[in-house]
Amino acid sequence: MTATSVRVPMAASQGNRWSPVIKIGLLGGGVAIYLALVGILTALANRMIITKVISLGQIILLSVFIIFGYMAAQRAAAGQAKRPIVRCLLSGAIAGLLISLFLSALVVIAPIINLRSVFINASPELFDLLTLGRGVPDGLLLLIGIGVAVGALSAGLFLLPDRLRRSVGMGLLAIPIVSILNSSLFAGRGISALQAAAVFVIALVITFFWQPARTATSQRLSALPTKQQRAVATLAYIILGIGVLLLPLLGPYPAEILDTVGLYILLGLGLNIVVGFAGLLDLGYVAFFALGAYTVGILTSPEIQWVGVQLTWWQALPFAVIVGTLAGVILGIPVLQMRGDYLAIVTLGFGEIIRLIFLSDWLKPLVGGSNGITRIPRALPVPAGSRLSDQQMLFYVILAGILVAAFIATRLKYSRLGRNWAAMREDEDVAQAMGINLVRTKLMAFATGAGLSALSGAIFASKLTSVYPHSFNLLVSINILAVIIVGGLGSIPGVIVGALVLVGLPELLREFAEYRLLVYGAVLVFMMLKRPEGLLPEARRKLELHEADEA
Amino acid sequence: MYQKFKRRVTGTQVVMWIIGFIILGGVIYGAVHTLLAATYPPRVWLDLIVFGLAQGSVYALVALGYTMVYGILRMINFAHGEVFMAGAFIGYFIATAFDRSGFLNRYYVIAQLLIFVGAMATSATIAVLLERIAYRPLRRAPRLVPLITAIGASFFLQYTFRGFFGSGIKSYPEPTALKGSITILGITVLKTQALVIVAAVVMLLALYIFVQRTKTGRAMQAVSEDKDAAALMGIDVDRIIVITFVVGGALAGAAGVLFSTLFRQVFFLTGFIPGLKAFTAAVLGGIGNVTGAMLGGLFLGIAESLFPNLVLDGLGIPAPYQLKDALAFLMLVLVLIFRPTGILGERLATKKA
Repeated sequence: MTATSVRVPMAASQGNRWSPVIKIGLLGGGVAIYLALVGILTALANRMIITKVISLGQIILLSVFIIFGYMAAQRAAAGQAKRPIVRCLLSGAIAGLLISLFLSALVVIAPIINLRSVFINASPELFDLLTLGRGVPDGLLLLIGIGVAVGALSAGLFLLPDRLRRSVGMGLLAIPIVSILNSSLFAGRGISALQAAAVFVIALVITFFWQPARTATSQRLSALPTKQQRAVATLAYIILGIGVLLLPLLGPYPAEILDTVGLYILLGLGLNIVVGFAGLLDLGYVAFFALGAYTVGILTSPEIQWVGVQLTWWQALPFAVIVGTLAGVILGIPVLQMRGDYLAIVTLGFGEIIRLIFLSDWLKPLVGGSNGITRIPRALPVPAGSRLSDQQMLFYVILAGILVAAFIATRLKYSRLGRNWAAMREDEDVAQAMGINLVRTKLMAFATGAGLSALSGAIFASKLTSVYPHSFNLLVSINILAVIIVGGLGSIPGVIVGALVLVGLPELLREFAEYRLLVYGAVLVFMMLKRPEGLLPEARRKLELHEADEA
Repeated sequence: MYQKFKRRVTGTQVVMWIIGFIILGGVIYGAVHTLLAATYPPRVWLDLIVFGLAQGSVYALVALGYTMVYGILRMINFAHGEVFMAGAFIGYFIATAFDRSGFLNRYYVIAQLLIFVGAMATSATIAVLLERIAYRPLRRAPRLVPLITAIGASFFLQYTFRGFFGSGIKSYPEPTALKGSITILGITVLKTQALVIVAAVVMLLALYIFVQRTKTGRAMQAVSEDKDAAALMGIDVDRIIVITFVVGGALAGAAGVLFSTLFRQVFFLTGFIPGLKAFTAAVLGGIGNVTGAMLGGLFLGIAESLFPNLVLDGLGIPAPYQLKDALAFLMLVLVLIFRPTGILGERLATKKA
């Protein structure tokens, strides 16, 4: 009996046909209530996306309807050769209805049982947001109506041809992105409805014609002789380079965001060597970051006298990198024999130990204890008479660091050492049998990663002009891990994308700060379940992870 | 002779032994120094040991969850500390509700039992959901993948609780029945500490009987020994895995209640450090080994309460209490380096990993 012959009687029974759709609707309802109670909706309710029309909180709520309506339509069409139009639209509407019914139940029941005494976010503001400020009977009907309509519309989106659907999706996505960029970087208060429509149309048109245009361009490019191809590539890189160099001129605040993103890229590049290339899950990566920052602090700050010298930032930098690299080796030796999860826990322990020691009164005379070290000089002082800010100058230091790190990483990746790492990552025993010196290979990975981490630490110290033990908690390690996993383990462009998405976006949305780690956690789980190779996967890693699928 | 020696001992081993001897020397020197100087009267040591026992029995309960899951799935359930925190939170909400209505003080025993039931049920549910949503699809994935998932789940749970219930530290109510202290065999023990120790011992015994005597418990042992062979013997492996998460989660929930009774405060990061310490305890006792986790928990609890005063004080380190957590982590690192088998366990750190 084949699989298809089993499916026929199931599809014939009416009850089973709708149950997957209802399941999606119930799931969507759960997600909507979760988002409401966890407080994301209310926290983002004051960030207007389209002035006086819709806030980011409402957009997030809407996207629940859109995503689950779409999924319901997908479910309804599963296993059918032609997409059944009416069934899909109906499924989307049902999903939307269920979600809005869940939310209405929340609005009605919560005040009766005094939900707020437990869930702090079950506040009048939340109910205002859900009922669109129209009170209980009217607002709820409106919510249900919107739910059904949006659910059906997103099911309609599913019915569009692929190319058009992607373009409409990008158009919708572009509105909040442009608006957030506008309000964060240039202190706007959302864009007007007309501007939003323009953004939507422009994004739609660009995406719609992007694919054919790209194919045509790449065809024409590959038809050129090699020499000219190279010239075009160089030109593209030069333009990109100039673009990057001009970035901090956007202003002091964008520069600060860029600095943070840049630091995470730098850290990510280093951790990527340890985790991505060599497969050693290091959760104590922040320890080397701290050591780098503290080395610079101790050597440069006038507050610390016991060393007897007071260097400039640039003079202290090599020492920071050396201390970091040495620490990488020293902490690497004891964990040489450990694998996988044990390594992760032990490195986590190291990271916490180092932070707690810096924090304790024991070493207070040497490293300042909980008061930290202040008065660390800037790496690049603002030239006299210039109107640039310190953060804008620092961007160039970070950029230089990233270039160095990216250069080291790319060169190492395809070197003998890099191939040894890959072999070790896939199977230690086999690698050893092939004559790879595991001790040396592992220590090299720890040392390189630690050195880069210390470099970022040194820059970090100069960014804040101070170091405190509190800056170096485990969360930093987890953030960096999230960055490289989202980008794609082992992939260098992936680190940049990961940092832009995970660090850049939350920096733009300050209200979002509280939920950052919530989202990181969810993203880690989601990525591991659905796309373990990351957004910009590295070719070999992708093969490794999908070995089982093809077998 | 020298040749043979040279072949068997590598450079890294020598370095590690030197580190080990330095640390051991420091511990002995510090302890002897403190005891000779007689900085603290004997009563202080006794109090520290009793407190250590109380906190150690909480660690033991949480450690069991780590060890059972590791025994069966060979994965570190990093989010187990959050399962524990969930128990503490639910315990707190039930306890404050009872406190407000006066039920907590009027019928203390029933109230306390209900608190336990509520917390254990919630924690078990969260543990099962974790298994179902995050771990089950990844059972055949490369080893790092489930660990990263578990880390993600851990942060997700922490900040979900923060979003739901706020970031403030909540103070757990103190029932009048638990105020003051009692004297057993000439030793004065705070009532809260006595409750924690007694409750933990009861649960540990119950678990021991469950694992050793019942059919399900034996099936758990079989699955942890060899999943495929167990399946061939007619054991439903998926069901046993779920039961493991239920039992581990329930114990963690109870531990959460005991922990908040002991320390009187609950907040969304409550689970993190105790979780790591319980993991340390599981490793100390030999991960995968149920008795080992119990002993490891008690040992770690006592060590953590004694060592700062006993050793660090003797070494002349100021404010030794600040380094309490660092000591626990140091112990974890040292055990994994020098005796990855733990006190009672089999060697898993390198072989099966």
